[in-house]
Amino acid sequence: MKALLAFVFGLVFGCGILISGMGNPAKVLNFFDIAGTWDPSLAFVMGGALLVTAIGYRLVFRMGKPLLAGYFSLPTRQDLDVRLIGGSAVFGIGWALTGFCPGGLVPVLGLGTAPLMTGAAILAGILAARWMIQLSYRKAAVQA
Amino acid sequence: MTEFTPLLSFAGGMVIGLATVALMAVHGRIAGINGILNGFLTTQFNQDWAWRAAFLAGMIVSPLVLLGVTGQMPEISVPSATPLLLIGGFLTGIGTTYASGCTSGHGVCGISRLSARSIVATVTFMTAAIATVFLTRHVFGG
Repeated sequence: MKALLAFVFGLVFGCGILISGMGNPAKVLNFFDIAGTWDPSLAFVMGGALLVTAIGYRLVFRMGKPLLAGYFSLPTRQDLDVRLIGGSAVFGIGWALTGFCPGGLVPVLGLGTAPLMTGAAILAGILAARWMIQLSYRKAAVQA
Repeated sequence: MTEFTPLLSFAGGMVIGLATVALMAVHGRIAGINGILNGFLTTQFNQDWAWRAAFLAGMIVSPLVLLGVTGQMPEISVPSATPLLLIGGFLTGIGTTYASGCTSGHGVCGISRLSARSIVATVTFMTAAIATVFLTRHVFGG
């Protein structure tokens, strides 16, 4: 039941991405190109998503707990650190080179070799980052 | 040039929001695609893996559903050459993993909860992306 519903929600999410234009790198890159062929559409994607999520989350959190889980899994950290800011900057550079963010990419994975290659590179990047983060924890543990 | 589509993009954004709210209401989970991919890359195929795999599968088949409803495949065009896709994709994976989130996790889920980390992350990656495109298109590319 949980997996079936997750499938449906993924399907809806993917349709939203495709309708919005987030799955089209040409459109995403034009959103970033303020000094050139600027296409502000993606600001409207953010607007629509934030409007529904900000109101919807508020109502959902009033339920006390989710329908099919024991609790809401929410990030609790509030500090700003180098990893957050540096990681976000690196992501921004990568996103601007391809036009694919992870959410924009997955729904179009089956539509060509370009998204497939980018997807493989993103997965490789995730694994490389995990390995580097683990390594730095191990180093810190040895020093302590 | 791409066509300015404010209404369609706003509607698509609302649909993304709907799925994001539903995943929280039912599963109690953040709909961050980097987080879901990260959790999907594991060798422990438990319940947490199952919902993530199912969510990703739903995303992957979404063009077929849209094709069935509208009669056309979504238009995608990729301006970047292969080396840029590989380098950019790799940087995207590294960056989102270090930052614990991407456009969906920080930009939508985090900002709607008014998380300071997510607001800073979103401003940072948007600024970096705009600066990078300025460099590639107008300084080195033009």
